[in-house]
Amino acid sequence: MGHGETSKGWALIAPPALYALALLALPLGAVVVLSFFTQDFLTLDTTPTLENYRIVLTDPGFAGQLPRTLLVRSVTIAGLVTVCTVLLAYPVAYYVSFHVAPERKSLWLFLITIPFWTSYLVRVFLWKVILNFDGVVNRTLLNLGWIDEPIRAFLYSPAAVVITLTHAFAPFAILPIFVALEKIDRPLLEASRDLGEGTLRTFARVTLPLSMPGVVAAVLIVFIPTIGDYVTPRLVGGPDGLMIANLIQSQFGRLSNAPMGATLAVIAMASVGLISLLFVLATRRWTR
Amino acid sequence: MSRRWLLLYVVLYMALLYAPIALLPIFAFNDGQVIAFPLQGFSTRWFEGLWTNRTLHSALWNSLVVAVISSVLAVVLGICAARASARYAFRGQGAVMGMIMVPLVLPEIIVGVSVLIVVNTVLGLPLGLWAVIAAHVLICTPFAVAVLSGAFQSLDPAMEEAARDLGETPWGAFRTVTLPLVAPGIVASLLICFTISLDEFIIAFFLTGASPTLPVYIWGLLRFPADLPIVMALGTLLVLASIVLLTMAEIFRRRGAARAGRKDSGGFL
Amino acid sequence: MSLIDLSGVQKWYGEYHALRGIDLQIAAGEFFSLLGPSGCGKTTLLRTIAGFEGIDAGTLRIDGLDMRGVTPDRRPTNMVFQSYAIFPHLTVAQNVAYGLRRTADGREEKARRVGEALEMVGLGGYGGRRPHELSGGQRQRVALARALVLRPKVLLLDEPLSALDRKMRETMQSELRRLQRQVGITFILVTHDQEEALIMSDRVAVMFEGAIAQVASPQALYSRPADRRVADFLGAMNFLPAEVRDGRVEIAGLGACEVEPEQVIGAGGMAEAGMRPEAMTMLDVQPGEGLREAAGTIADRAYYGDMTYYMVELPGVPGHVTVSMKNRPGSAVLDVGAPARIGWDPRAVLLFPA
Ligand SMILES: Nc1ncnc2c1ncn2[C@@H]1O[C@H](COP(=O)(O)OP(=O)(O)O)[C@@H](O)[C@H]1O
Ligand SMILES: [Mg+2]
Repeated sequence: MGHGETSKGWALIAPPALYALALLALPLGAVVVLSFFTQDFLTLDTTPTLENYRIVLTDPGFAGQLPRTLLVRSVTIAGLVTVCTVLLAYPVAYYVSFHVAPERKSLWLFLITIPFWTSYLVRVFLWKVILNFDGVVNRTLLNLGWIDEPIRAFLYSPAAVVITLTHAFAPFAILPIFVALEKIDRPLLEASRDLGEGTLRTFARVTLPLSMPGVVAAVLIVFIPTIGDYVTPRLVGGPDGLMIANLIQSQFGRLSNAPMGATLAVIAMASVGLISLLFVLATRRWTR
Repeated sequence: MSRRWLLLYVVLYMALLYAPIALLPIFAFNDGQVIAFPLQGFSTRWFEGLWTNRTLHSALWNSLVVAVISSVLAVVLGICAARASARYAFRGQGAVMGMIMVPLVLPEIIVGVSVLIVVNTVLGLPLGLWAVIAAHVLICTPFAVAVLSGAFQSLDPAMEEAARDLGETPWGAFRTVTLPLVAPGIVASLLICFTISLDEFIIAFFLTGASPTLPVYIWGLLRFPADLPIVMALGTLLVLASIVLLTMAEIFRRRGAARAGRKDSGGFL
Repeated sequence: MSLIDLSGVQKWYGEYHALRGIDLQIAAGEFFSLLGPSGCGKTTLLRTIAGFEGIDAGTLRIDGLDMRGVTPDRRPTNMVFQSYAIFPHLTVAQNVAYGLRRTADGREEKARRVGEALEMVGLGGYGGRRPHELSGGQRQRVALARALVLRPKVLLLDEPLSALDRKMRETMQSELRRLQRQVGITFILVTHDQEEALIMSDRVAVMFEGAIAQVASPQALYSRPADRRVADFLGAMNFLPAEVRDGRVEIAGLGACEVEPEQVIGAGGMAEAGMRPEAMTMLDVQPGEGLREAAGTIADRAYYGDMTYYMVELPGVPGHVTVSMKNRPGSAVLDVGAPARIGWDPRAVLLFPA
């Protein structure tokens, strides 16, 4: 392709690129800058300082150590959600890729993705109904005679957050794994069987390693956005289930301390970014 | 044997995936005020309540305005990106495409917060639907690109060249050949972006200002137990609407695949 | 004056030198082929003529006009693409009518021209069909009709037959020839199939690595290739070490002979003698008159039904020479390992510089 093609390509990609730059890169930069400012009641002090970071990371008195607790909890919950989602999703992706007739695959994917696109708020709320004191789960267990009185711990707990988020992100995990499985050459598996490996061992030695890029993508695509959810913790988490996003949200809302919110956002992003980076590096040998 | 177990698992998984949504109509048509079992009998009164609720109507209108404008803008940007990546190879292409696709994995609260800071603190402007639109375009564009890339990539580059060769101008070739061939993909991505924007809450909550969108309005309702049955009824309608929109999107996407004479293999992503 | 005139045309793809100084004249009404191995730049050259690729140096004239800066839609050329590029959302008739959109013709005149073009390629009555209902051969015909209906001065065809099966390809070869004679338009055909180029063309340009090695009629190309690569690429040729001394040629394994000046390509001294397999004969199968004789051993044999190819080892020559024999009714097929008597004609020898 000549120089003309290159410049045409750039001209074409410029609008979306500039838009992403203006609405993403610049605002993210603004968040970082703001995190070095401080707010005293309603006036913004624009002298750059690390005060916010000091308060969040080291001040034992600030919000009852809430930021650190919430950060650790968020990462833990996000991690648990990721593990559950990916583990539960893998067999489904495998089934659709290997056991569904090619012309039916896209229908299956469609059915899997539908719940993901529909009424996020209401879906989360419904989990509250399901897990509630007099909710579906407790009633069923009572009727079965497995329990004598309703279990309150289902709702308003980190477990409830994990369950709800796992449900919400299910398709996000299935799709990348499915794509990776689809890319595996079927004759490769036949070759392995032909070389005397059983079904299970073929899976362990050929299919699973070859699908690792999909698994890694699934992990990232679930883990990163999960940190940013404040609806689920708020609705089903209870006080012990709140996450860092709730704190960030309240800084911009009720507490009206935008610089502190920005600081928390930066710290959350940095933590997620770092963990993701470490994860990618650790799984390099399977994904290359 | 093991295949049977796998099927059983998948069926169970799918059932659980749909379980919460399945509860929606059950409670929406339940006569009781409390969202719990046992059910109180059949009633359509919650749906009737929706007809007369003025605040709800204005929230719905806001959401429709936001969804229509953001989906159109996102798809226009998506067409540019998808075509650029399918048609041209240039240095830095991967990085630029990466930047456009990043909102796909970015936590939504980060998008909400950062746009909020720019609007409020940097520009000093009042919040409003336009800010929601701006942010929705950002998060919808990657989905549009994902859907449109399939359409553009499967287009034989010789197709447009043939049109040029037969005497068309560049724009004429694009309009009479490329556009009709990717039209189903465009419609599909419009519908998907519309659905995403209509349903988006986390960002809208930060940016919506005084006139709420529908999800922000619903969020408000969730605090009042008395309003919950209304939420159920509203949710039922919204889920129905989403399913209809997405089914249409899927039909268009497949028609596009068939028209371009390619084998259909994947879903939206 | 030639219709197409390229002089010193150079084309770079970044660091890659795709066209290395192309000089070429093609006359009006000619059936011209660009022949060469895959990757030698045939498509690039064709796309340069069509206007899809700019040139970095040299000039390209069509009908006396410099084509610099002239876009494909304003060139008097039309192209049949390798993938045919039939518009899948349009019917056959709409495909053929596509280029007429911008002509001044009235509705009826357009319909008439479309019908005529479809008739010409043998697709009369197919106008209402959709492209996906057509076979490969039929799509090809649609592509031809779509280009020819515009009455271009030049029709460019990029490996148009490579996607067809053998039977269909042979049909289309004669069909294309017939069409070209009928419409009298210059055809430029790109192909990597030497047989196709020889069968169809008035003249052929053989290309290697972005440069033209020889332009000649099929007969001249085959009987007097410009160099070893051309000789090798068109059909098969046996090469034997040779030495030229006092106007006589000493060919290893065959013997000495005298050659006419037109049999010598390049300089004297150490050389290589080239002989086509069909220019030699197995004397035990079919005796010939006035032939020189050489002795060897049959190392291998390949039987093709109509032909048999013998691989013969000659004393003092590394490898073997190939001799092809037509299988006539009752003619013998010799066994591997048997002694072979080869007959060869000194007039069929070509001398290449070593
Ligand atoms: N758009 C392009 N960018 C870079 N290199 C190209 C491009 N098109 C062709 N080439 C290179 O130019 C050479 C000639 O290509 P082409 O003309 O298609 O060969 P042919 O048609 O003879 O097989 C090839 O090595 C090919 O890789
Ligand atoms: Mg080629």
